[in-house]
Amino acid sequence: MTLYLLRRLGSLLVLLLVMTAIVYGIFYAIPADPAVLVCGKGCDGGRLASIHHELGLDQPITAQYWHFLEGLIVGRDYSSGPDVSHCAAPCLGYSFQTDLPVLSLIAQRLPVSLSLTTGALVLWTVTGVALGLVSALRERRLTDRLVTVFVLGGLGTPVFVSGLLLLMVFCGWLKWLDFPVYVPLTEDPVGWARNLILPWLTLTILQSAIFTRLTRTGMLETLSEDHIRTFRAYGLPERRVIGRHALRGALTPLISINAVEFGAVLVNAMLTETLFGLPGIGQLIVQSSNNVDLPVVAGLTLTAGLAVVLANTAADLLYAAVDRRVVLT
Amino acid sequence: MTELVAEIGDPGAAVSGSPARARQVLRRLRSDRPAMAGLVVTTVLILAAVLAPLLAALEGQDTTTFHTQLLDSARGGVPRGALGGLGAEHWLGVEPTTGRDLFARALYGARISFTVAFGTLVVQLLLGVAIGLAAGFGGRWVDATLGRLIDLAISFPQLMFAIALLAIVPQSFPRPVLLMLVIGLFNWGGTARLTRGQVLSLKSRDYVAAARLSGASPARIALREILPGALPQVLTYAAILLPANMVSEAGLSFLGVGVHPPTSSWGQMLSTATTWFRADPMYVLVPGLSLLTAVLAFTLFADGLRAALDPKASLRGGR
Repeated sequence: MTLYLLRRLGSLLVLLLVMTAIVYGIFYAIPADPAVLVCGKGCDGGRLASIHHELGLDQPITAQYWHFLEGLIVGRDYSSGPDVSHCAAPCLGYSFQTDLPVLSLIAQRLPVSLSLTTGALVLWTVTGVALGLVSALRERRLTDRLVTVFVLGGLGTPVFVSGLLLLMVFCGWLKWLDFPVYVPLTEDPVGWARNLILPWLTLTILQSAIFTRLTRTGMLETLSEDHIRTFRAYGLPERRVIGRHALRGALTPLISINAVEFGAVLVNAMLTETLFGLPGIGQLIVQSSNNVDLPVVAGLTLTAGLAVVLANTAADLLYAAVDRRVVLT
Repeated sequence: MTELVAEIGDPGAAVSGSPARARQVLRRLRSDRPAMAGLVVTTVLILAAVLAPLLAALEGQDTTTFHTQLLDSARGGVPRGALGGLGAEHWLGVEPTTGRDLFARALYGARISFTVAFGTLVVQLLLGVAIGLAAGFGGRWVDATLGRLIDLAISFPQLMFAIALLAIVPQSFPRPVLLMLVIGLFNWGGTARLTRGQVLSLKSRDYVAAARLSGASPARIALREILPGALPQVLTYAAILLPANMVSEAGLSFLGVGVHPPTSSWGQMLSTATTWFRADPMYVLVPGLSLLTAVLAFTLFADGLRAALDPKASLRGGR
């Protein structure tokens, strides 16, 4: 167990190093100059050079990357003119565009993305498991076929199409809801939820299709196993066989699926945020990529990578806790 | 990570060189009605994309001409008439604010969508098969290193990298080619994992041992003995990547880093449509339903192919 965690930590560090190095490498290889964007209209050579110096772009890429790592571990000092500001570790640097610390930019937008994904996570787990269960218990009957149609439709519909269709129906046609505007949970819980209904549904349609399919397959597989037959032979009520024993076997793999799917969820959340104009992480990455805002992109990649690895580790640990047969090595 | 995501399919099932097995697979596929429906729709769509210039000429429209006289400037440039200006002149209506013909733009969008999807598939297969082959055939260390790389490639939110890359590559680089490279570069993990599984199972077969004993070089064994055995299964599963690639392309274009205007793409149309869903629902429906139909048809056919080879792995039912 300790060995497992140590090994995980080791590969995490290597992974994050590689990822950030790639981001720096990509930006270095590309001829776009972030200073030109910062400089704006009516830019002259002298001003451009001083911006280069301010942003540290006049240094070789290895030095820039080294400063980035240094900031991450021990923090670093930034000087703009006479003022020196210290950015404490873990320092992700300052945005080229807005001069705000990257960490606070991310922290600002995190609640939006978290609101979107956690709410949807609850919805899609519940819907997915329920539909999968119904479908497995009514195998090859009408309900099962209808659920299968839902699964195929859900899997095949990109979020930016399902979201637009939902908008069309609920905002445009039925006029039940307004176009979503993000309201913080702490300010107005009801408004928060009302505005997030459509984004939640959008993510749920896709993700619950995945869950439905997995629950159905898992359930059918478990139900055909020997121990279930034995329980039935003993005369255990069907409700108990399914609720207590079969469901457990069928649902355990779902834990790790949520982790494996984490990357895909991030991407779909990003698209959903863009569609509904929610000011989350997804919007930030699209904006900063378009502005060649290297510190923000590097910081976001780092954070996303960290989140993916942490999610996977958490899933492994949880899985081992639920299923005692699994030994982590 | 505990290996929970089972290897897709039964690697052994693929020793499919035999004509009898191929016939059996074909027979199963032919009796699969949803799959055949998918095949028909797919064929029609591909034909329509190939013949796009001809079809647009038949309609008498093109993708770039503005028809502002068809728009209601009092309502912010919404097409006049019901259903977004749909009629004998413009078979699917016109775009708001510009009045460009939607039928023609959707057709040319199909071209981009399919070209990128197939091109990406080539990149994915080259990368995935090469890496999978190396992992399955190389020694313990090669396998361990590549295995982790494959895990990473599968679980990583590639689109983030893709956006950063696409945003900064100069505009002069041909965009569809760039999309193929970028999407392919970040989405080869599944193919690699499958190839590796196939190679591992084929490696221990008698005929491979025989080849080894007769003095064949490792490269020869990998390329001439193992690869042909693994390929049918890999190609079948790869078919399901096509609809996924179409969604990726549409997604990137939706985010504004895909093909550039005036080239039309479904994703890009959908992205402009976000502001028009109230005033002009047709503008959402045309690209939206085009994409949905294409993805669904491709998925049904690919899934049928997969089901015919290995019923367990189907998306629809099966156990």
